[in-house]
Formats: sequence, C-alpha cells, structure tokens
Amino acid sequence: MSGLLGGEIWADLLPIIFLSLRVTGIALAICTVAGVPIGAILGLTRIPGRRLVTAILYTGMGLPPVVVGLFVYLLLSRSGPLGALGWLFTPRAMILAQAVISFPLVTGLTMTAIQSVDPSFRQQMRALGATRLQEIWALLREARLGVVAGIVAAFGSIISEVGAVMLVGGNIAGKTRVLTTAIVLNTRQGEFQPAILLGVILLVLAFLANLAMLRLQGRSG
Amino acid sequence: MSTAFRLEAVRQTYAGRTVLDLDFLEVRRGEILALVGPSGSGKSTLLRLLNFLERPTEGRVWYEGQATDGERTPLELRRQVTTVFQHTVLQKASVRANVAYGLRLRGQPTDGRVRSLLASVGMGELAGAQARLLSGGEKQRVALARALIFRPRVLLLDEPTANLDPYNVGLIEQIVRAENREHGTTVVLVTHNVFQAHRLAHRTGLVLNGGLVELADTPVFFASPADPRTAAFVSGEMVY
Ligand SMILES: Nc1ncnc2c1ncn2[C@@H]1O[C@H](COP(=O)(O)OP(=O)(O)O)[C@@H](O)[C@H]1O
Ligand SMILES: [Mg+2]
Repeated sequence: MSGLLGGEIWADLLPIIFLSLRVTGIALAICTVAGVPIGAILGLTRIPGRRLVTAILYTGMGLPPVVVGLFVYLLLSRSGPLGALGWLFTPRAMILAQAVISFPLVTGLTMTAIQSVDPSFRQQMRALGATRLQEIWALLREARLGVVAGIVAAFGSIISEVGAVMLVGGNIAGKTRVLTTAIVLNTRQGEFQPAILLGVILLVLAFLANLAMLRLQGRSG
Repeated sequence: MSTAFRLEAVRQTYAGRTVLDLDFLEVRRGEILALVGPSGSGKSTLLRLLNFLERPTEGRVWYEGQATDGERTPLELRRQVTTVFQHTVLQKASVRANVAYGLRLRGQPTDGRVRSLLASVGMGELAGAQARLLSGGEKQRVALARALIFRPRVLLLDEPTANLDPYNVGLIEQIVRAENREHGTTVVLVTHNVFQAHRLAHRTGLVLNGGLVELADTPVFFASPADPRTAAFVSGEMVY
C-alpha cells in the first residue's frame, strides 16, 4: 500500500480525477443555466400544460442514465443528426449526456423549491410594499437553498454515473477515461489497488456532495 | 380630508359566490377601527381590498380621496398601507433582515432604525436569530416590526393575536396603541375577540355574512347596540 499513496500511480490517476471533475462541472454549469430559470418559471406560473411538463420532468428524473447515453450515442453517431460535430468518444459527448441526465433533476427541484414556499408569502411581501419584481425576487431568495440542493444532488448523481459516459465516451485512456469507467476497467483487469483508490475518491466526492446537501436542507427545512 | 378609506357599494365575488357586500364603509384617518364577526364573514377579504391586494368585483375603494385599483394602485399609495396577517410568513433570514426588508425595498437606509424598533417590540436580543426558529408570539412581534419600520399611514391587522399567550397579546396591543397615538397611524383591526376590540378601538363594527351590520363608537357598540345581532354577538350568545 505504501506505493499507493506516495508513488507514481498518481501520475495515472490525477488526470482521470480532473477529467471527471471537469466533465461533471461543465455539465452541471450547463444544466444549471438552463434548468434553474425554466424551473423557476414553472414554479412561478400557472401556464396551461404545466402539468404535462411536470410529468415529463418526473419521468426524466427516473430515466435510466444508460438510456440517455443510448440516445446521445445515436444523436452523435456518424449517421446521427449531430454526427457532423464529431463529438462521439470525446469529453463533449460525456458533458452532453451528463447535462441531459441532470437537467430534469435541477429543473424539477427548482420548481418544487419555489412551489414549496408558503402560498401566502408573495402576498405578504406585496403587503410590505414589494413591487411585482421585488416580490418574485424575494420568492427566489426564499427558495434558493432548495435550488442549490438540487444542483448538489445532480452533481452526486452524474459524477458517479457510469453507463452513459461509457457508451458515449468510450473510456479511452488519457482522453475520455473518468473515475467510474476507470474503476470498471481496472476491476476487470484485476488491478484492484487503483480501482479501490478511485472508488474511495469517488465515495469521498459523493459523500461531500451529500453532506453539503444535507447541510443546506437542514438550513432550509 | 379626514377620511382614510371610503368604500361604496363594494362587492367581492369568488367563483360566483359573493363573500363581501358593503353599501358603505368609511375609515377615519387616525382612528383605530375594530371589525368583529364570526369566521368566514368576509373580514380578511375586506382587509385585502383595503391593502389593494385585490380589486373588488364591483364598486370602488377610495383611499385618501383617490380612486384605487387593486394591485394597479400607484406604488406610492400602495406603500402607505400594510397588513399584519394572522399566519405570518417570515423570510428565511435573520430577524434583523426581516425587519429591514420594507426599508430595503424602498431604497431607504436601515441604519439604527431596525435596532431601535426591535428593541421597542422586545426583540432586541434576538436581532441576529433565524426568524423561522421564533415562537408564535415572537413571530408576530417581528411581523409588527417589519410593518412599522417604514412608518405606514395605515396598519391593517388581521387577527394578529389569535392563538397568542396573554403576555404577547398585551405587548402587541400596547405597541399598536402607541403607534396610533404617537404617529397618528390609522388602524383597522380584525379580531374575533370582542374584548380586544373593546380595549383598543375607537369605533367597532360587526361584519356578518359579508355585510356590515352595525358600526358605532366602541362604548356605544358594546353598551347600547342598535342591532339585536350586535347585542347577541357582544354577549356571546350568537350561535355560528
Ligand atoms: N380567494 C378566495 N377564493 C375563494 N373563496 C374565498 C377566497 N377568499 C375567501 N374566500 C371565501 O370567502 C369567505 C370569507 O372569507 P374571509 O374573508 O377569509 O372571512 P373571515 O376573515 O371573516 O374569516 C369564506 O367563505 C371564504 O371561504
Ligand atoms: Mg380571516
């Protein structure tokens, strides 16, 4: 084990860890930028068809990631609609897949966070003299911990996802190999030491994400 | 101009059901007006109209001689009137931030005023506490402070002390009375506690089934009501 912590094994593992964080970080940024405003609008308005959108979101949350991976694969494959981009088996494909997987989660939890604010809250802010815009801003602030909790939950779920990134990334050494796919490969090849090390790192990351989420929920609950 | 509000032929209807139907109501500037009546009689609906939170289905609400239009009432008028609700929802923030809110959204400085107001409602020590951890009585005192911080001309109180202990009831009544005396704040107090109306109000009215049965100076309202339904309500004999 001494070789594990001090040795040259890190030269192989560090790029994998960084790629994992980079892919998941960018995917998370994309789905936050898209999902939070959409979730906010869904939570704020009573537009017709909202029920349908909600049903689609919940279905999306329960979608097996590997199925998303399959769709993204077909989309990006040479003969697919976006095949010309040449993204298949690159980090971009993995980012796309992870963004699609986490989008319903972030959008849905944002919507729920806003809907779970006491219905009387807006009226009380208005009675204090808030304009329509100030009232909505106050509502968003009120829901912010729930929104952040959604983003953290999405991080935990996509950084530990394996099926979709394996499919669309291809687990290419030095190019698209991330924590989860490296663990799969190492284990298959009987190289348990790096597999366990990566597993522990993944566990720590997921644990930290959950810890952050629990703290946030504790503060908002 | 000594009239704060004048309502003429105001009717409020929800989904075809009329819940408020007032021929006439005048709220005098600087008075404490109490409205009593059984639950469901339309008191809260009336307060929402007075706070411009809704616009009446029929009729008009005149405020300071001007015709108003619910949420579309000009902001400067809207911001002169506020409500303390029975079920206060505070922001997930400190007590201090909750009280400062009305000043912040008006772009006014918060310095000093928040602290002194919190002290006067007995919440000075809890200024930094999370608002959602407060007891019911503390919450209502914060609700009163966040309403009074911007010195409203009209303070609407919707059963502000229902379910509170006598100590908090006394404290809140004292603050309301002082605000009315020292700043001439007009107060409309909705309560089903007739004793509270008796203690605080200059005039008291009975609301029943969306209508105003009787409105009189408080001593008259209690000692020699004109309407038998008032007599029954005041003596606690009204069955509802
Ligand atoms: N927004 C609303 N939509 C439909 N009905 C309402 C609404 N607000 C109040 N009501 C009804 O109007 C009646 C009067 O309610 P309210 O003004 O709250 O009475 P009070 O405050 O005297 O108890 C009640 O029957 C209530 O159910
Ligand atoms: Mg009521």
